[in-house]
Amino acid sequence: MIEKALKGSRNYWLWIGLLLLGIGAGSVAFSRQMWEGLTVTGMGRDVSWGLYIAQFTFLVGVAASAVMVVIPYYLHNRKEFAKTVIVGEFMAVAATLMCMLFILADMGRPDRVLNVLLYPSPHAMVFWDVMVLNGYLLINFVSAWTVLGAERKGVPTPKWVKPIIYLSIPWAFSIHTVTAFLYAGLPGRHLWLTAVLAPRFLASAFAAGTSLLILVTLVLKKTTGFDAGNEARQKLAVLATYAGIANFFMIGTEFFTAFYSNVPAHMHGLQYLFFGLHGKSNLVPWMWLSLLLGFGALGILLNPKLRQTSKWLVAACVGMVSSIWIDKGVGLVLGGFVPSPLEEITEYGVTLTELTVTLGIWAVGMLVLTLLLKVAVTVKKEQEA
Amino acid sequence: MNEDRRSFIKKAGIGILAGIGSAAGLFPALSLEKTVFPAWDEKPEPGKHRWGMLIDTRKCSGNCRECVAACHFTHNVPDFGNRKDEVKWIWKSAYEKVFPTASNQFQSPEVTERPYVALCNHCAEPPCTKACPTEATFRRWDGIVSMDYHRCIGCRFCMAACPYGSRSFNWRDPREGIKLASTEYPTRMQGVVEKCNFCSERLVKGLDPACVEACPEQALVFGDLNDPSSEIRKLLESSETMQRKPELGTKPSVFYII
Repeated sequence: MIEKALKGSRNYWLWIGLLLLGIGAGSVAFSRQMWEGLTVTGMGRDVSWGLYIAQFTFLVGVAASAVMVVIPYYLHNRKEFAKTVIVGEFMAVAATLMCMLFILADMGRPDRVLNVLLYPSPHAMVFWDVMVLNGYLLINFVSAWTVLGAERKGVPTPKWVKPIIYLSIPWAFSIHTVTAFLYAGLPGRHLWLTAVLAPRFLASAFAAGTSLLILVTLVLKKTTGFDAGNEARQKLAVLATYAGIANFFMIGTEFFTAFYSNVPAHMHGLQYLFFGLHGKSNLVPWMWLSLLLGFGALGILLNPKLRQTSKWLVAACVGMVSSIWIDKGVGLVLGGFVPSPLEEITEYGVTLTELTVTLGIWAVGMLVLTLLLKVAVTVKKEQEA
Repeated sequence: MNEDRRSFIKKAGIGILAGIGSAAGLFPALSLEKTVFPAWDEKPEPGKHRWGMLIDTRKCSGNCRECVAACHFTHNVPDFGNRKDEVKWIWKSAYEKVFPTASNQFQSPEVTERPYVALCNHCAEPPCTKACPTEATFRRWDGIVSMDYHRCIGCRFCMAACPYGSRSFNWRDPREGIKLASTEYPTRMQGVVEKCNFCSERLVKGLDPACVEACPEQALVFGDLNDPSSEIRKLLESSETMQRKPELGTKPSVFYII
């Protein structure tokens, strides 16, 4: 089936070429990082995780959001999702792959990554994260590929796939819960030490991931003529609205607990992110931009007339994705390190090398997504013809 | 090659290897790597010992850096002269940084201006070892929280988990930051985490940790917290002491007399 990805228009190949260029640049930057060490990034003794781990966290959410199309289509038999489900599953595959690459890029000794399997440590949340992420990648790829293969041959979907698809539903929740547990169980990191972190991760994932999925279907419609359907997009927009509201509600509860209780350690992280702490305020404009974009997006989505207009829907989805990318992909990880255990306030500045590696990994993800969707769209179009 | 010759060579090879192995066991001088035998005098019994340290901050004087210098020299801790790449095993910090959750209202200025020595607490309930996905950091039978630099994958989960900032990562090749190399302890490689090891390499030789030995004021007392007759236990019982962030339940093995 993969041969279908090898035939395309000039624009298709230009896009592939562009992505390969990005991957090339990322590889060069990564080899520099391997050679000189992680000192070439903005990370340091006080802020010991940065852009890589933040991207990982955001993308786990994107991966998990595939469940927002799998549940209505396979569990509730909503036929309007028939064309979207494969897009969601392939997006989950690409996102999970990027997650793993970001983890590798963040490691001091990626050559030793197999130690995680050689010395399995169930007490470590990373061990479980490696397990669930690999499992999720496999589950989504196998189920999407098999269903698509059966469709191409015009035969019914093999029976053994159904249980795997059903398994993908709780599994999607597990990947983001375990990812939240990476943070939520660490003593002394008060921004993360909250029981609401896992539910908040899920809510923000379903808001941003679903919005991203809407955008991908619109790009597909524009570039290939393959339309997943307006009905599905509108339903997804409603789901993103509910999830977005839940997310901002939970951010609000964090503020209440921290500031009403007046416990300094609980307030510091939020103070640093939203108001600045002891004159250090690099992230303040970002966090307010995130709130503004998020509330703006919700404002559009809550209005049925605006939501049904394609341009406004795009604006709302872009707003929601950017808002949560800032909140989760920048603020949450960096804010957890401020102040440090020794009350130091160190600000993090991303470096060009780090940024290039990050772009390279995004390019890998987009290349994989492009190839998988090219196959899917070609098969679907052949069926229609 | 026929089968008989092949199996003969195989057996002879195994025999020679076994011979070398047993000779090394019988005659320690023949072994390729030296084993410190006092380490085996006593069979390790988990939980029997728990090494700990008591720091009498009243004796610690402001500008003295002897403990830091001795430790960092002994263990080849690099110095790059910047905060971002900094690696440290033991250091001096201000009162409100070492004890951020302790009361500092109306404290006597003498107390808040005194320097405080900080190092790994070798917690009885270490959050760092729990977070490590490869058991590269682990709590030993004698309570020391140790590192296996050859197993560490450099994920820095232990650094995020440690509430004391006691862990450092080798952001770059540490050998470039060592001015005077010590032969007492191996250097590390780029990309792994390191921290204070309570001088486990000196303890097996019957020596006190380097910082304890170097302190001109004898402000640091090292001993077995599980031995009721040890000096450290007697001092702990007779003096008012503090631990860093005791509310987190990590049970630090480093105590402070304020």
